[in-house]
Amino acid sequence: MLQSLLQILAAWSIPLFLLLVLVYAVYKKVDVFDTFVEGAKDGFQTSVTLIPFLVAMIVAIGLLRASGAIDLLVGLLEPLLTRFRIPGEILPLALMRPLSGSGALGITAEILNSYGPDSFVGRVASTMQGSTDTTFYILTVYFGSVGIRKIRHALAVGLIADFAAFAAALIFCTLVFG
Amino acid sequence: MINIIWFAMMFIGLVVAAATGKIDAVSEVIFSSAEQAVAVAFSMISVMTFWLGIMKIIEKSGLIHWVVKILRPLSVLLFPRLPQNHPAVHAILMNMSANLLGMGSAATPFGLKAMQELQKLNPDAGSASDEMCTFLAVNTSSITLLPTTVIALRAASGSQNPTEIVGTTIMATLVAWTTGIIAERLLRNFSRAGRR
Repeated sequence: MLQSLLQILAAWSIPLFLLLVLVYAVYKKVDVFDTFVEGAKDGFQTSVTLIPFLVAMIVAIGLLRASGAIDLLVGLLEPLLTRFRIPGEILPLALMRPLSGSGALGITAEILNSYGPDSFVGRVASTMQGSTDTTFYILTVYFGSVGIRKIRHALAVGLIADFAAFAAALIFCTLVFG
Repeated sequence: MINIIWFAMMFIGLVVAAATGKIDAVSEVIFSSAEQAVAVAFSMISVMTFWLGIMKIIEKSGLIHWVVKILRPLSVLLFPRLPQNHPAVHAILMNMSANLLGMGSAATPFGLKAMQELQKLNPDAGSASDEMCTFLAVNTSSITLLPTTVIALRAASGSQNPTEIVGTTIMATLVAWTTGIIAERLLRNFSRAGRR
């Protein structure tokens, strides 16, 4: 019941939103086509500006993944986690989540398939995947679009928030699902 | 800072690849990743173009003032130093609404528009402003009412109850969000603009 309601909401949110925007604009006597074109013309430039920033960051992340550096880090950290009785299976996801959206989604899918979506690890992985976004990607794209390279404390803040999300995912899943 | 981070990522990647005998993979990864990066940028053109057009309609029709009115407490709390009627605040609130409603494709165009508007208010154009850092703290812990991708993934792998993680996800996001905002307030004085 709740699930189908949520699915309907997800499918309808964009169409309904667009309908509301357009009907309200026509009601307010806005020339919708002219206005759309005027706003839309910046889209190309903004996207193309991002290319050098994206190439730099995605290549570096690709190298980290393909070289096995992340696997190496997982191996180093795993004993520490088992001491705190945290399932080590979620560690690759926690490390990948801030770096690569597609990479993290792949790991989550892999965890759900091998341990089952309704296992404790599966639930923690699902919560982790959904509760934060790809910090490195967002910083690259957002700062890249305005050409800022001195990002000050933005990365530190993003990673602290990610860490908080992972800890919270573990704690809340333990409390809710035991 | 970004120079050191990028150098470290490249350096570690290259050295580990050499040490683990994966040196053959390096040039292939560089090529495929660079191609993927360009593909991402190009796929953004279509989405950016569409949603920036819609954003203009939202602004011109005055619908944006309803959004601002409803979410004003949030923007005053997060961005007390921004003029609340500035286009930067408009774009920030549209970005947050889009994230909240799960309209991921719309969130990025609104977010980039917000960055461009924030840049106009930035006293030091080469360096991130406090407001940008707050905005990114909000964004990297994207608050959404419905993590649709995860729910779909769970359903596809045969979950008995794909949506059961919605509650824990929202709570974890709220923790991340609050932590990010507090951390940003605490750290901003240690990284004043002008320094690195």
